[in-house]
Amino acid sequence: MKLELRGITKRFGSLVANDGISLTIEPGEIHALLGENGAGKSTLMNVLFGLYHADEGEILLDDEPVQFTGPGQAMAAGIGMVHQHFMLIPVFTVAENVMLGHEPSRFGIIDLAAARAKVREISAQFGFDIDPDAKVEDLPVGAQQRVEIVKALSREAKVLVLDEPTAVLTPQETDELMATMRNLAKAGTSIVFITHKLREVKAVADRITVIRLGKVVGDAKPGASTAELASMMVGRAVELTVEKGPANPGDPVFAVKNLTLLDPAGRVLLDDISFEIHAGEILAVAGVQGNGQTELTETIVGLRDHVRGSIKLHGEELVRADVRHVLEAGVGYVPEDRKKDGLVAEFTVAENLMLDRSYSGPFAKGVNIDFAHRDGFADAAIGEFDIRTQGAASPVVRLSGGNQQKVVLARELSRDLKLLVAAQPTRGVDVGSIEFIHERIVEVRDSGVPVLIISTELDEVLALADRIAVMYHGKIVDIVPPDTARERLGQLMAGVAA
Amino acid sequence: MTLRQAQDGATTAPTTSVGGRDRPTLQEVLSDIASGSPLRIFLAVILSLIVGLLLVIFTDENVLETLGYFGSRPGDFFGAAGKSASDAAQALFRGSIYNYNAASFESAVRPLTESLRFAGPLIAAGLGIALGFRVGLFNIGGTGQLLMGAAFAGFASFQFQLPYGIHLIVAMIFGFIGAGIWAGIVGFLKAYTGAHEVIVTIMLNYIAIGIVTYLMRTPVLHDMETGSNPTTRPPEVTAQLPNLLGGEFNLHLGFVLALVAVGIYWWLMERSTLGFRLRMVGLNPDAARTAGINVNRIFITAMVLSGLFVGLAGINQALGRQGSFSPAVDAGIGFDAITVALLGGSRAFGVLFAGLLFGAMRAAGPTMQIQDVAPEVLTVVQSLIVLFVAAPPLVRAIFRFLPEPRTADSPTREERRARRTGKEAVK
Repeated sequence: MKLELRGITKRFGSLVANDGISLTIEPGEIHALLGENGAGKSTLMNVLFGLYHADEGEILLDDEPVQFTGPGQAMAAGIGMVHQHFMLIPVFTVAENVMLGHEPSRFGIIDLAAARAKVREISAQFGFDIDPDAKVEDLPVGAQQRVEIVKALSREAKVLVLDEPTAVLTPQETDELMATMRNLAKAGTSIVFITHKLREVKAVADRITVIRLGKVVGDAKPGASTAELASMMVGRAVELTVEKGPANPGDPVFAVKNLTLLDPAGRVLLDDISFEIHAGEILAVAGVQGNGQTELTETIVGLRDHVRGSIKLHGEELVRADVRHVLEAGVGYVPEDRKKDGLVAEFTVAENLMLDRSYSGPFAKGVNIDFAHRDGFADAAIGEFDIRTQGAASPVVRLSGGNQQKVVLARELSRDLKLLVAAQPTRGVDVGSIEFIHERIVEVRDSGVPVLIISTELDEVLALADRIAVMYHGKIVDIVPPDTARERLGQLMAGVAA
Repeated sequence: MTLRQAQDGATTAPTTSVGGRDRPTLQEVLSDIASGSPLRIFLAVILSLIVGLLLVIFTDENVLETLGYFGSRPGDFFGAAGKSASDAAQALFRGSIYNYNAASFESAVRPLTESLRFAGPLIAAGLGIALGFRVGLFNIGGTGQLLMGAAFAGFASFQFQLPYGIHLIVAMIFGFIGAGIWAGIVGFLKAYTGAHEVIVTIMLNYIAIGIVTYLMRTPVLHDMETGSNPTTRPPEVTAQLPNLLGGEFNLHLGFVLALVAVGIYWWLMERSTLGFRLRMVGLNPDAARTAGINVNRIFITAMVLSGLFVGLAGINQALGRQGSFSPAVDAGIGFDAITVALLGGSRAFGVLFAGLLFGAMRAAGPTMQIQDVAPEVLTVVQSLIVLFVAAPPLVRAIFRFLPEPRTADSPTREERRARRTGKEAVK
């Protein structure tokens, strides 16, 4: 079946998540949708499934316009989806999960035998080794994913959407999945393969569409080089300029050595990372999202367990220290997701400005909050950081993204700063505020503080960095000077070392 | 539309897919209830009272009789209904506030003092539950914590021989320890094993009832010469909460202590740095963690504090009497406290108001019963109040003039306050 999306636009308020996206998926084609997290891939698929209603544009199946108001209709029309997080009931058997929602029945009684037969039939056809009577919770992740695929196929899916299917798989399981995808395509199923992993795209896709910031940036053939694809993903559209004098680096006061982070399951998230930042220097970490940058900042601040190695600030060991200790040692932290981690939406601007400083110091008078200081500080911060708000007593949820970020920045810069860690400091921030935030970060540097910036925006990295560290698969591939060519950076971001 | 804005759209758009979180969380529901305006709560009370009166009217023997010939003489029905309703309403007033039929002034104001006496433990326990709500903890273990507080306080009140004043204080400290530990267990289990506080508190309720009942059969709490029914010994007079208005009235120091607790709760939640952290964890535990707050420790602290407030209710029940008490000393306060906390929006003065209202209804029970109104009607009314408060669209549908629920664009409490005090808001 041929699936065509024409000029799909989806807005959320003033924000455009999909901006006139057009896409054609031919029968039997594996079409990769490549883009970073937040590029708009998931929104697009939710539009396709009728979960969101597109503001503009249309969907055509075999050249017939269709409109879905829910996933049920999309499935009935032959579109199946395998979500990143499986939609399976762990305590049910494979057959029960597969028939869920369209249970075959005879005389009103569920016909489990028919469901079993269906599972066996599809498994045999594509060489899956799935026991219809196995409980889903007992199956390994890769097998659970195959159950999802069988589920979709049992509903006669002609177009199969796989949303980040390899995120949860081991390399071996990934290889098996790719073989399955080729088999399905050979049998005539069209596959939409959503991912941000370049290697997989190159290995399996027939055609590649790169999405960035809600727009289609371009099409590529699988023969395109990894570096080429990487630079398409991270883009080069906006020229950022930051007024910034040359750095005057001092001693290497911040040193990370052999830092290794494991997740609870024992997988390696950060792999033996070592770097130093000098006083008065900005080190920016570049890389495609999901290569360990988030984990790096969270580990430095003390939010992560299962850490090995050393993190030293002015000679003080901070590895395995708790967050409060790290902050009180003079680390300012701008978290990547300010809404989730940086702010309490219901709290006022003034309250958010003292969020991580309530224990002692100027905001506390004994066991009481020093309200006079709180309000005075808030008024000063609002003035100094040009925070556009109706007042310090306004809940922070009413501020725009840029102004919310200024609240976080004002708070984090107000402590006796020994190190600034800022992850995605300008994500979701308007252009005016970006410039302001960048200037502030450079000011921090010029006051002799080491600064660590994480950004997936190459432009931001180039604008701010005194040195650039490139991360790939939890490792620092290389640390390079800021005048390194974009092409070279693109290669590094794809894991191609010197 | 710049690229930057487009990116903004891409990153801040709901990234939840099919399995997305569309249902409000418990925390959001609680904060919605808590944001209930006084007007809405007042209307909810009125509405519930109307329903209660309808219930009374249509179960009244005389009214039912007139219904038989409603077609021919509808006036009789309205007359009987009016009388029934006004009798019930008067009984409610006489039973809870002022008995104008009484012979002396003392007995006329007695209902008011009784209302306050009943309100005391409801307020104290309500504050405890409310504190949990503010931190995002659903403590429904009021019964167990109250019972433990009462048992500990009771133990100290008759096992020790101490002078006036000191004995009462020691007994109270025992009560706080009992309830505090019982609630602290919940926080500890939640913090270190991830056990959900709802399940833990339910089970601890049963365990507390079992333990206390058992101890009431042993010399620890029981006077073995008074038979085998599970009861405590009566508190020594030195440990009893003294009466406030002399022997004529039952109102005792417990009510004053509840008022003090309201003050402490207000200070804790609104003024102290600890309260700031408690609220922060309740509203956004992720941000709290990132701000260097030990969320697990806050859970334990919050549960202990919650238990201390509930413990005051237990102390009130154990020491606010001359006689012994049985495991039924809880008298449903542990559960009514949840209702009080909800109705009071988990705020200090809201809980005070809700506790007074519920105390008045408890006090009015006997008088209503004399008027042939079953006390269950009051239970229905109480529950309806909370139901109406919890279902704002329902109340809005009935009273069309109410404003839309508070949105991100309407002024907050602090902003309104700032406006009133003429403080300049920065534009």
